[in-house]
Amino acid sequence: MRALPHLKQFTEVAEQEIMHSGHVACPGCGAAIAMRLALKTLGRRTIIVFPACCWAVIDGPFPYSACSVPVFQVAFETASISAGAIRAGLDITGKKDINVVAWAGDGGTFDIGFGQLSACAERNDNIIYVCYDNEAYMNTGIQRSSATPWGSWTTTTPGTDFKKERKKNLLEIMAAHRIPYAATTTVAYPDDLIRKFRKAMSIDGFKLIHIFSPCPPGHKALEKDSILESRYAVESRVFPLYEVEHGTHYKLSMDPPQRPVRDYLALQGRFKHLTDEQRDFIQKSTDEEWARLMHFMKVSEAVE
Amino acid sequence: MQKVLTGNQSAAWGAMCAKAQVVSAYPITPQTTIIEELADIVAKGLLDAKFIKVESEHSAMAGCIGAQAAGARTFTATSSQGLALMHELLHWAALARLPVVMANVNRAMAPGWSIWTDQNDSLAQRDTGWLQFYCESNQEVLDTTIQAYKIAEAVNLPVMLILDAFFLSHTYEAVDIPGQEATSKYLPPYKPSIYLNVDDPHAFGGIVPQDIYMEFRYKMQLAMDEALIAADKADDDFKAMFGRGYGVVEEYRLDGADYVLVTSGTVTSTTRTVIDDLQEKGHSVGLLKMKMLRPFPAEKVRKILSGRKRVAVLDRNISVGMGGVWSQEIRSVMYHLPEDQRPPIYDYIVGLGGRDVTPEFIEEIALDLEKRPVKDCDQVWIGLKE
Ligand SMILES: Cc1ncc(C[n+]2csc(CCOP(=O)(O)OP(=O)(O)O)c2C)c(N)n1
Ligand SMILES: [Mg+2]
Repeated sequence: MRALPHLKQFTEVAEQEIMHSGHVACPGCGAAIAMRLALKTLGRRTIIVFPACCWAVIDGPFPYSACSVPVFQVAFETASISAGAIRAGLDITGKKDINVVAWAGDGGTFDIGFGQLSACAERNDNIIYVCYDNEAYMNTGIQRSSATPWGSWTTTTPGTDFKKERKKNLLEIMAAHRIPYAATTTVAYPDDLIRKFRKAMSIDGFKLIHIFSPCPPGHKALEKDSILESRYAVESRVFPLYEVEHGTHYKLSMDPPQRPVRDYLALQGRFKHLTDEQRDFIQKSTDEEWARLMHFMKVSEAVE
Repeated sequence: MQKVLTGNQSAAWGAMCAKAQVVSAYPITPQTTIIEELADIVAKGLLDAKFIKVESEHSAMAGCIGAQAAGARTFTATSSQGLALMHELLHWAALARLPVVMANVNRAMAPGWSIWTDQNDSLAQRDTGWLQFYCESNQEVLDTTIQAYKIAEAVNLPVMLILDAFFLSHTYEAVDIPGQEATSKYLPPYKPSIYLNVDDPHAFGGIVPQDIYMEFRYKMQLAMDEALIAADKADDDFKAMFGRGYGVVEEYRLDGADYVLVTSGTVTSTTRTVIDDLQEKGHSVGLLKMKMLRPFPAEKVRKILSGRKRVAVLDRNISVGMGGVWSQEIRSVMYHLPEDQRPPIYDYIVGLGGRDVTPEFIEEIALDLEKRPVKDCDQVWIGLKE
């Protein structure tokens, strides 16, 4: 175990590398970093379920696998039920000390797998559901998903047809299911990510971890800027880090000095067509969302 | 106008020429560039269509069904897993008698994941009531997309046109784009005979008791019979107007040939060159290209194959436990010919999961066909690794 020295409260990070080098992620892939940290935390008694997504490829072509834990690839729309059913199979055969993790992209979570996700949450299946969110279908070459933010270019929202719909609020939706634990995190804050996985492991029932994952080719950003993009997402409040327990108790994980949304947008070519007014609009809706989130925090405190 | 297009772009441009009004689609490799191209075409205002960017293929087809029921011409495209996810709605579109047109890029089924071509995805939808056309070139993809609307709307059944992953979907060829005026003449705007109409209200799809259901199915069968004629007519008319036709089957150098290779998709093009070489060397072998799977062109196939010495069907698919699908279909229509006119039909399984079907393989098949004992004609797997 090694501590990350620059952090105020020290987070223990396991030395073990359960994810190997030799995976086939693009340079700067946030989802690869997320997996490395997650597996360090989850340990070897973990089973990972991949629906179709970049990670279905990143793990390596047959007969290779970058994760030295059992990996089960499933149909695109079935990550949650597959994981829930693996849990049922393990439980009934007496193997209760294993983490079952569904590891899906935003498309597999917000879109095609959404109905099954809701059902699995409602049943409170005892799994950790991870959505690594790169805000589009990246595996198939950058098409819009319902996690793609307003204003973004994708290949199915080209030119002046850039995305005009807002991003779905996954955490609010999951909170409405009153699941025991839901949290957001991102790769620029490894201690936060690790702490949230640890917490999820300690809770029975359905846990959801939503990880903002920069994608250099998809966001038209520089590979070296992935961590910066991840940090700016948090600092600009585009992607606040928080937890929701039992669907009602909101807790902010950090509140860094606010950075203008423009800084975040400027790192990414997918927003480069936006006018000043459009950027202002994103700032305004980001502020509104933040105010709404703060309201939830306050209500939670009052209840406490 | 000539343009250099991929097979996928050709499908998109076909939908544009046909003036599809609602596109409801979901991305999947190797289909994605069809819908990217269409998104671009719609964004640039080249096509006055509504593009519903759905969250799954199940919804993609449900979207086509809804829009078509409202009286609009629709288009979608998919592949493999996506087509499989649509399965329920494929039946729905066909039984609702909605002339939806869809391009399917042939891709092998998972697991393990494959993005490369074989025909198991579309052949598994054989019994859903869709017409199916397998294309050989990008030009044929574009032309068939336009023809598909003509046929579908004539018989009120949906049409699937099919192209091979990568060999067509991502390969560029010079493609002639028919002019808008001529296309509109060939394919006038969609005029549904019946649709959701507040001035003439009907209820669709309610429960059908046991004493009526069969008749609905029988009517579909009659429509399929009609489609045999409609498909020929659509192709003849197309040829008269644009100078190109394909036929629902095509005979290639079959005059007097004792041996016949039967192909579909891009394997056909490779086989053409092998036939040329073998005929040069004195072999009596020709080619039958199958374009249409449903309705099955039984009469044409019987006429072409009866009296031949032997037939080899190249199946880029496998119905495990039985054999290749094209060979089963062909054997079944040949069965009731008199025995002396009925050649043994060999089933060669080739190119699954996108493995190359090279001229060498095809030549091996043609030579094998001449000498393999008839009792061994079931499921000959070509190019298997040890
Ligand atoms: C039923 C089905 N439809 C479509 C696909 C094609 N497909 C594979 S991955 C993918 C996009 C995945 O997007 P996301 O879940 O956001 O993960 P990412 O690729 O961005 O990591 C799509 C559309 C598929 N495999 N199965
Ligand atoms: Mg994604």
